[in-house]
Amino acid sequence: MAKMFLNSYLYSIAADMGGWELFQNSLWPMILGGIKNTIPLTFVSFVLGMFIALLTAVMRLSTTKLLTIPARMYVSAIRGTPLLVQLFIVFFGLGSIGITIDPFPSAVIAFSLNVGAYSSEIIRASIQSIPKGQWEAATTIGMSYSQTLIRIIIPQATRVSIPPLSNTFISLVKDTSLASLILVTELFRKAQEIAARTYDFMLLYIEAAMLYWVICFILSIVQDKIEHRLERYVAR
Amino acid sequence: MFISAKGITKSFGNLEVLKDIDITIDKGNIVAIIGPSGSGKTTLLRCLNALEMPEKGTITFDDNFEIDFAQKPKKSVIKTLRLKSGMVFQSYNLFPHKTALQNVTEGPLYVQKKNRQVVNELARQLLDKVGLADKLNLYPHQLSGGQQQRVGIARALAIQPELMLFDEPTSALDPELVGEVLKVMKDLANEGWTMVIVTHELKFAEQVADKVLFMDNGVVVEEGPPEQVLKNPLEERTRQFIQRIMNP
Repeated sequence: MAKMFLNSYLYSIAADMGGWELFQNSLWPMILGGIKNTIPLTFVSFVLGMFIALLTAVMRLSTTKLLTIPARMYVSAIRGTPLLVQLFIVFFGLGSIGITIDPFPSAVIAFSLNVGAYSSEIIRASIQSIPKGQWEAATTIGMSYSQTLIRIIIPQATRVSIPPLSNTFISLVKDTSLASLILVTELFRKAQEIAARTYDFMLLYIEAAMLYWVICFILSIVQDKIEHRLERYVAR
Repeated sequence: MFISAKGITKSFGNLEVLKDIDITIDKGNIVAIIGPSGSGKTTLLRCLNALEMPEKGTITFDDNFEIDFAQKPKKSVIKTLRLKSGMVFQSYNLFPHKTALQNVTEGPLYVQKKNRQVVNELARQLLDKVGLADKLNLYPHQLSGGQQQRVGIARALAIQPELMLFDEPTSALDPELVGEVLKVMKDLANEGWTMVIVTHELKFAEQVADKVLFMDNGVVVEEGPPEQVLKNPLEERTRQFIQRIMNP
C-alpha cells in the first residue's frame, strides 16, 4: 500500500517536470470539452428547467389540489435526493430496465428536472413578492388571471428572481461536472482522461477548476448586465 | 335610477363587514362615502366591482345588467361588471414596468382588444385631460405621487366605464399634492361622470357630492345631501364623527 502511494507520488513528480507543456497541451482538449458539452449541457438544461420551473410555480400557486399536490411532490422528491443519484437513475437505472438513453440526453433530463424543482421555488417566491395591488389593478381593468400573470406579474417577478436564478445557473455550470460519471465527455471528464494517462492530477484538476472559474466569472458579468437592464423602471 | 346595489352582505371570517347594504346611484351623480376606518366603506366600494365577492346581494345597471352574488356568478359576468366601472386606488397601483402611456393603454389594448392607433390617441387625450401630456413616456417612479394618481385616473377612464370608483384617492398623498388630484376629479364631476368616492376630504365631498353616505360598523347610518349629512346630521353617530374630523 505504502509502496503504491510512493510510486504514484514519484510519477507525479516526474510529470511535473513537463508541467507547463502538459498545461498547454491539455488546455485545448478541455476547452473543447467545455464548448462541446459543458456549455450546451448547461444551457439546454437551464432553458428546459425554466419551463418546468414556471409551470411548477404556477401549479403550486393555484387553488386546486389536483395541481398543487403533484407540484409539491415533485419539488420535494428532487430536493430530497442527491443530484448524483438522480443522474444515475436516469442513465444506469432506466438503462437497466430497457430504457436506454444516451449520456448527453440523460444528463439533460436529470439536470433540467433538478434545476426545474429548485427554480420553481424561486419563481413562486418572486411571484408572491409582487404586491397584491398589482393583481387588483389588473383585475379592475378586466384582465383575466393568465393575462395578469403574463403581462403584469411575471415581468416584475423576473427582475426579483434574476439574482437567485443566476445563482442556480452558476451552480449548474459546476454541477455538470457530475455528468463525467455517466460518460459525457465534458470539461472535467477530459481532465480525468488526461490525468489517467499522465498521473498529473494536481495540475490537471487545478486547470479544470480554473476553466470553470473563468466560465462562472463571465456569467456573473452577464448577470450584472441583465440586472442593470431590468432595473431601469425601479427608483434607486 | 342608474345603478343599484341591494342586500350587499360581506364577511371576513366571523366578522360581518357589510350588513345587508342598499345603495342607489343616479346617472351623473356623485356619491361620497364617509365613515371611520373599519366601517366597511372601502369594502363596499370594492364589492361594487367584485374586487371583493359579497356573499349575498345584487348589483344592477339600468335595466340591462344584473349580477346576483348569491349564486356564484360566471367569470364572464364578473368581467362585464368590472369593465363597467373604473377603479382608482389609494396607493395608485400603477404598473411600475410600464410607462404612463402604457399604463393607460393596457386595458383597452389587451382586454378590450381595440385598435392600437385608436387606443394610443385615446390614451394621449386622457393623459392630456389629467394634465400629463408631457409625461407620456415616463415610468411611475419618475412621477410624483399626485402625478401617479392622475395616471391612475386616466388608466381607469381608458376602459370607458359607466361608473368611476375612487378609494381614498388622496389619502396617500403629501398635502400639497392633494389639490391637483381633487381638481381632476372635479373636472370629471363637471363632465357628468357618475362617481362613488370613499374619502376623508369632507370639504371636497361637500363641494362635489350629490349624496353623502355615512357608514359605521357595516351599515349605512345616514344618507342624504351634503348639507344634511355634513352640516346638520340627523343621527348622533354622524354628528360625533363629523365633529371629530373637523376639530381633531
